[in-house]
Amino acid sequence: MTNTILEMRGITKTFPGVKALSDVNLDVREGEIHAIVGENGAGKSTLMKVLSGVYPSGSYDGQIIYKGEEQHFKSISDSEHKGIVIIHQELALVPLLSIAENIFLGNEQARAGVIDWDETRDGARKLLGMVGLTEDPDTLVTNIGVGKQQLVEIAKALSKSVQLLILDEPTASLSEKDSAALLDLLMEFRKQGITSILISHKLNEVSKVADRITVIRDGRSIETLTKENISEDRIITLMVGRSLDDRYPSRVPDIGEVVFEVKNWSVYHQQHRDRQVIKNIDLNLRKGEVVGIAGLMGSGRTEFAMSVFGKSYGQKITGEVFLHGKKADMSTVEKAVANGVAYATEDRKTYGLNLIDHIKHNTTIANLRGISKVGVIDDLSEMDVANEYRKKTNIRSSSVYQVTGNLSGGNQQKVVLSKWLFANPDVLILDEPTRGIDVGAKYEIYTIINQLAAQGKAILVISSEMPELLGITDRLYVMNEGRIVGEMATSEASQEKIMRSIVRAEGKAS
Amino acid sequence: MTTETAQPGMSTTGEQVKIQELSVWGALKANMRDYGLLLALILIMLFFQYFTNGVLFKPVNLTNIILQNSYIIVMALGMLLVIVAGHIDLSVGSVSGFVGALAAMLMVGWDFPPELAFLANPFVAGAICLVAGAAIGAAQGYIIAYHRVPAFIVTLAGMLIFKGLSLAILAGKSVGPFPAEFQMLSAGFIPDVIGPTTLVAASEGVQPLVLHTTTMVLAILAVVAMVFFAIRGRARRKARGYESEPFGLFVVKNLVIAALVLFFAYMLASYKGLPNVLVVMGVLIALFVFVTKRMTFGRRIYALGGNLKAAALSGIKTERMTFYVFAIMGALAALAGMIYAARLNSATPKAGQGLELDVIAAVFIGGASALGGVGQVAGAVIGAFIMGVMNNGMSIMGVNIDWQQMIKGVVLLAAVFFDLYNKNRSA
Repeated sequence: MTNTILEMRGITKTFPGVKALSDVNLDVREGEIHAIVGENGAGKSTLMKVLSGVYPSGSYDGQIIYKGEEQHFKSISDSEHKGIVIIHQELALVPLLSIAENIFLGNEQARAGVIDWDETRDGARKLLGMVGLTEDPDTLVTNIGVGKQQLVEIAKALSKSVQLLILDEPTASLSEKDSAALLDLLMEFRKQGITSILISHKLNEVSKVADRITVIRDGRSIETLTKENISEDRIITLMVGRSLDDRYPSRVPDIGEVVFEVKNWSVYHQQHRDRQVIKNIDLNLRKGEVVGIAGLMGSGRTEFAMSVFGKSYGQKITGEVFLHGKKADMSTVEKAVANGVAYATEDRKTYGLNLIDHIKHNTTIANLRGISKVGVIDDLSEMDVANEYRKKTNIRSSSVYQVTGNLSGGNQQKVVLSKWLFANPDVLILDEPTRGIDVGAKYEIYTIINQLAAQGKAILVISSEMPELLGITDRLYVMNEGRIVGEMATSEASQEKIMRSIVRAEGKAS
Repeated sequence: MTTETAQPGMSTTGEQVKIQELSVWGALKANMRDYGLLLALILIMLFFQYFTNGVLFKPVNLTNIILQNSYIIVMALGMLLVIVAGHIDLSVGSVSGFVGALAAMLMVGWDFPPELAFLANPFVAGAICLVAGAAIGAAQGYIIAYHRVPAFIVTLAGMLIFKGLSLAILAGKSVGPFPAEFQMLSAGFIPDVIGPTTLVAASEGVQPLVLHTTTMVLAILAVVAMVFFAIRGRARRKARGYESEPFGLFVVKNLVIAALVLFFAYMLASYKGLPNVLVVMGVLIALFVFVTKRMTFGRRIYALGGNLKAAALSGIKTERMTFYVFAIMGALAALAGMIYAARLNSATPKAGQGLELDVIAAVFIGGASALGGVGQVAGAVIGAFIMGVMNNGMSIMGVNIDWQQMIKGVVLLAAVFFDLYNKNRSA
């Protein structure tokens, strides 16, 4: 059991302007479960895309040696041919086709283009048996739960006679019971000699099933731990162990009374009526304070923010919002804005901007009242406003008539900020305000946040980058699986401390 | 505060650009689509002027082109809003036919008891028809906006339903003629309150040339108002430090538009003057330009067509806006139906059928995007005239109807193709 099945040597992958992976080494032994852990954006998924040929050979540096031979995969079908199958975080099943059709999608049991349905169903039933499902192969995929869909994906992988199975965050959207079943299945596969690579940031799961763990941080492979010396503390230190430099403008906080308070806030999933995504959250913001919500992706931070902001997410929302001590009606976005609350989305292209329109129109759209009388827009006032905010937020463009779709990510983010600054809120919720933008633009955004706080606004920052939260906030909430699992003053916080409250909460949950 | 020092030399670009005057070429390029479309219309008109041996520009024919296309243009205004909002309305032809039939039955077809006889009054009946159209549009809009049934399906159903309803209420027959007041909507001209001006008196071998003075006076007033507002707007911009186009271009543009308007008015004045329906159209076009360019209502429609989710998260009531847009479309379809019926002087079961395609084609030729968020009122109007002039010119030339259809299809495809081609190249 000690043969090396896969060796990745010196993998370096560069995107325009960003080095996503640099000199990553990974070796996986035949028949083991090898876990890869790291923070969001550390490069785990990129590494697996290199391995499976999503990024074709030649677009990266380094060697992939699989079963003793160097491989040059040009596409996913190349790697699948060799028995390497990757199951992505977002399931790639067609909801309105049956389980059997999905399992053999692209690999149909057919003769001369005519599908042999008996063989399809028999084959599917056999594969379903291997993953412990007793569902009728004719059931539509949409009618089974997420956990079972995950198993169908694995059955699909098995149909391709898989030898190396890669699972990217397989339990991220599963319940505890389904997660446990999936992990048992992985251990069952290990007995049958199938090698698995498990990408996860749930440390309790990883330490339960993995034989070895490779930690990745900032695009580098840091260390590979073996079962004997796996400890959560050690993993956490390796995952976050980087120093903070002065990437954050300093600020002297001037914090006043509580202006915004959410009490006992609960929300159910938009589609699944029975899945509670936000569980009894209490939270408050003070005047002039920058507060962060830390947590991993999928912990419910965005869902919380959007549900507060005019019930833009979820259903069966319960709880109360208080502004300046008075209960506030936040039932529509319009009322939320009128009450002085703004929410700048994490996904600026989908939810933030009208990408086919220019900066001027995007800046004023959330506060047309501010530039119009009885429904008639004063176009010169609008020009003034657009130019003023373009200057304030330092948007680099030829003029306010530049179409926002052509701006860089950082400048797009500044247009989103301009839009909400012009709406003049007291409370500003910023969801991943610096995602996907370069370091210089990040600094400018932090500067804007500081200025807003100095003006006495209360700011809630949601971020997956812990150093960022530690660098710019005054106080932190830690969120995990829809709950607040920790609260601390930033001066007393550290990445280890945050990670620990997340991990502890998960330990309790399972 | 440390925050004050955090903008090291970064905001220098911000201010310079604001005052900078655009170059002539830059300004032309920025508005190329608008100018290009107008230029295409003028070229098409000159083309047919040549190939119809000068018939196209005869005063009587120009008047005809307006009368023939008025109902298309009226509906194109509403359709522009629908398409900018990211939807489509296939029912407008049938709805206009149905409302024409309703108008005929109210005024001519139904025998009302004496206490309800006022319903047959052309003005009362006209008002009822407009309300009926708005209600039809509102009903479809309600299903589209609040129940999220795709507009394509809802209005396809509407198209079938109202086609059937017109047949039903007309009992399969043509109903007419209309009272004289109602006919005036399409057949009438504004009265010459000032009295005719004789430029060339009738004499042996010379055609008389008599101008409809009121038409000319109104045209001159319109041009003066247009130039006045243009100059005032320019001065205001300048006072606030903004500049949009170079002075030369500004002068030339205004001169060309003024000349076109006066030429057109002269042609109309040497026939019977300003048609009533052109007055209605002109008021509606001005209103829709104002709504789309200057009112928050119009701005919100562009925003939701451009990115529905972002608009909703910016506090725009997207459902309500969609509902209003379809209600407006319904009212305009009703007005178009009445214009059409008044022009034929009877309501027929086949009236309005297929008009939706001309209307939608006009809006797309005018530069609107099928994905929503893009489109101009002026473009839609010019688009409608391009189609109208081609119909008229080809008919005069004696081109067969089969060829006419094919040529119109090719023009629609070519217009949208070149539009996208230019966009992709510049992006």
